[in-house]
Amino acid sequence: MTQYTPSSSEPGQRPPNFWNSSRGIASWLLTLDHKRIGVMYLAFVWAAFMLGGVFALLVRTELLTAGKTIVEADTYNQLFTLHGAVMVFLVIIPSIPASLGNIILPLQLGAKDVAFPRVNLASFYIYVIGALIAVYSIFSGAVDTGWTFYTPYSTTTNSSVSTMVLAAFILGFSSIFTGLNFIATVHRLRAPGMTFFRMPLFVWALYATAVIQILATPVLGITLLLLIAERVLHIGIFDPALGGDPVLFQHFFWFYSHPAVYIMIVPGFGVISDLISTFSRKAIFGYRAIALSSIGIAIVGFLVWGHHMFTSGQSELAGMIFSGLTFLIAIPTAIKILNWVATLYKGSIVLRTPMWYTLGFLWLFLIGGLTGLYLATMSLDLHLHDTYFVVAHFHYVMMGGTMFAFIGGLHYWWPKFTGKMYSEKLGNWACATAFVGFNLTFGSQFFLGVAGMPRRYYNYLPQYEPLHQVSTIGSYILGLGFFMTLICLLRSLSNGKDAGNNPWESTTLEWLTPSPPPVENFAGQPTVDRGPYDRHAGSGH
Amino acid sequence: MSNPARTYHHAHHFPSPRDESEAAKLGMWIFLATEILLFSGLFMAYAAYRYTHPEMFKTVHQLLDWKLGAVNTMVLIFSSLTMALGVRSAQLSKQGQTVGFLAITLLCGAAFLVVKYFEYSHKFHLGTLPGGGPLGHWNPDYAALAHEHGAEFVEKLKSLDSPHIFIGIYFLMTGLHGLHVVIGMIAITWVLLRAMRGDFSSKYFFPVECVGLYWHLVDLIWIYLFPLLYLVG
Repeated sequence: MTQYTPSSSEPGQRPPNFWNSSRGIASWLLTLDHKRIGVMYLAFVWAAFMLGGVFALLVRTELLTAGKTIVEADTYNQLFTLHGAVMVFLVIIPSIPASLGNIILPLQLGAKDVAFPRVNLASFYIYVIGALIAVYSIFSGAVDTGWTFYTPYSTTTNSSVSTMVLAAFILGFSSIFTGLNFIATVHRLRAPGMTFFRMPLFVWALYATAVIQILATPVLGITLLLLIAERVLHIGIFDPALGGDPVLFQHFFWFYSHPAVYIMIVPGFGVISDLISTFSRKAIFGYRAIALSSIGIAIVGFLVWGHHMFTSGQSELAGMIFSGLTFLIAIPTAIKILNWVATLYKGSIVLRTPMWYTLGFLWLFLIGGLTGLYLATMSLDLHLHDTYFVVAHFHYVMMGGTMFAFIGGLHYWWPKFTGKMYSEKLGNWACATAFVGFNLTFGSQFFLGVAGMPRRYYNYLPQYEPLHQVSTIGSYILGLGFFMTLICLLRSLSNGKDAGNNPWESTTLEWLTPSPPPVENFAGQPTVDRGPYDRHAGSGH
Repeated sequence: MSNPARTYHHAHHFPSPRDESEAAKLGMWIFLATEILLFSGLFMAYAAYRYTHPEMFKTVHQLLDWKLGAVNTMVLIFSSLTMALGVRSAQLSKQGQTVGFLAITLLCGAAFLVVKYFEYSHKFHLGTLPGGGPLGHWNPDYAALAHEHGAEFVEKLKSLDSPHIFIGIYFLMTGLHGLHVVIGMIAITWVLLRAMRGDFSSKYFFPVECVGLYWHLVDLIWIYLFPLLYLVG
C-alpha cells in the first residue's frame, strides 16, 4: 500500500492551495511553482490554439470554392504558413509537456517541484518572447514559405522569414529547458520507493519526449541560424545560386522535425495510457512494454528523417533504408495500441468525457498511423507525396492524436488542479462534435489526395470542389467542438461542483493530495511500494 | 569574514544537498549535450562541403594563420587546467586559490578573444569575408593577397568554385564558438565574484563545478575546430 499521511489541519477549515496561497499579479509573474507555471503555459497554449485555429478556418473558407473565395493568393500562402508555424511551434510542441506535464509530473512523482524551478520559469518567458516575435512577424510582412521554410524559396522571398525563423529558434530553447528539467526531475526527485518501473506511464512518456527534445532541438537551432545567415550574409550553404545545396537544408530540417513529431505525439501516448487504465478500472496491460516502447520510438525516430525526401533526389539506396526504418517505427507504436486495447478487454469501462476522448484518440490515431505506412512505401509515396493525403495523415496524428489526448488529459486533470468538476453533458457533446467535425474535415482529404489534389494550392480543378466543401463544412463543426470544450471548462470555474481528492478513482500519486493541491504538493512525503496502476492494496507489485 | 557557505541550505524541494548538486550536474551534462548538437550542424555542413569541394578547402584554408590558431589552442588548453585547479581548490575550501585560478582562467579567455580579434580584423582588411554573389561580402583584395601569399595562390583562388563557402563556415564556426567563450567568461565572472565573497566550500561548490564543465566543453570544441579549419590537407 502506498503510504501517505497528510499532516492534520484544523477541521472544517480548508488549507490554502496553490491558487490562493499568495495573491497579486507579481506572485504569478515571478512564481517558481510548477503548477502556476503550467497554468500560465496552458493559457498561452490555448490562446495560440485559437489563433492557429482561426488561420485554419480562413484557409478552409478560401478553399470552399475554386478560384478566389475570400482572400488573394499571397494572403492564402501566408495564412497556411502561419497556421502551420503557430500550431507546431506554439501549440502542439508545448501543449502536453509544458502545460499538463508541468502541473502533473512532479505530483505523479511525489515531488515538491521540478528540479530547476527558475529554469522552468525562464522556459515560460522564453516561450512568451518567441510567441511575441512570431506574432510580430505577421505584421512585418508575414511568411509565405510554409512552416518548413524550404530553401531556396525561403532564402529569396521578401516576406519576413528571418523574424519567424528567429521566433522558432527562441522557442526551441524553451522546449530544451522543459526537457532538461523533466529529465533531472525524474532522476533525482522521485518519492522514496518509486523505482523507474513504478512511475506512471505519463511520466515515462514525458521522459522519452524530453530525451528527443534535448537531442533534436539544438539541430533545429543551428539549421535556423544557418538559414538566417544565408538570408543576411549569403554564405552559400543552402542557396544553389551561390554554390549551395538546398537538399542539405531538408536533411538538417528533418533531422529535427521528424523527431519533433514524436515530441508532439509521445506525450499523448502517456496521457492515453493513464486514462485508459483509470477508466477501465484495471491495471494497464503490458506496463513495461508500453514504457519501453516510448524509448524505442525516441531512438528509432532519429533514424527516419530521410522519408521526407523520397522525391528530393535522394539516392534509391538511402530511400530504401529510410523506408525500412520508417516501417520499424510501426512496431513500438503497435505495441502501445495493442496493449491499450488489451487493457479495455474485460475492464469495467466508465464512459466519462476523458474516456470518450481516449476512444476518439484510438480511432483517429490508428487511421493516422496506418496511413503513415502507405507514405513510408516509396513507390506509393511518389504518387501521394505533397498531396492532401499527407495533409490528412499528419492531421490525424497531430490533431486527432495529440490534440485529442491533450484535451482528454485536460478534462481528466482539470478537477485536480482547479478543484472543480466540469459539466459532463457539455463535455460529451463537445467531444462528439469535434470527432464528427474532424472526420469530415480530414477524412475527405484522404480522397482528395488519392485523386491527386496537391497540398498548399490556392486554386483547384472543378472535380475537387465537392470534397473540398465537405472538408470546409467539417472544419466549422470541428471549430465549434473545440469552442464548446473551452466554454465547458471555463464555465466549471464559476459553477462547477467541488471535485474532491480523487473523482475518477485513479491510482497514481497526484490523486492523494487535495484538489487543488497545496503549494508544497503534499503535506508529508508520500512513499511508494507498488506499481502505479495497482488497484489491489497489499498485492505487492 | 563571514562565510555563508557554512549556513547554506539546499533548495527546499530537494531531499538533501547531495541531491541538489547531483541534479545540477546532471542538468549541466544534458545542457552540454545540446551544445554539442548545436555545433553538430556546422560540423555536418563542414563535412558535406569538404567532401564535395576538397581542392577549395585545401586552398582557401591557407588564408587562416595556423600559428595564431595554435597559440589560441595553447591558451585554451592552459585555461582548462587552471579551471580544473579552480574547481579542486573550491572543493578543498581554499578560497584564495579558487579566486586566483578562476581569475587566470578568465584572463586566458580574454587573451583568446584578443587573438581572435586580430585574426578577424585581418580578414576584414583583406575582404576575405563570408557571402557569395552580388549581395555577399566575399570581395578579396587580390593585390594584398598576392603580396602575402604569392601570385600563384591568387590565381588558384580565383579559379575556385565557391571559395566563399569555406570562409562562411569558418566565420560561423569560430563566431559561434567565440560567443560561447564570451558566455563562459560571464559565467566565470559570476563564480569568481561569489568565490571572492566566500560562498564556496567543500560542502557547497557545485556552481564552480558546473561552470567548469561548461568551460571545458568550450575548449573541447575549439580543439576540434583548430585542426579542421587551420590544418586542412
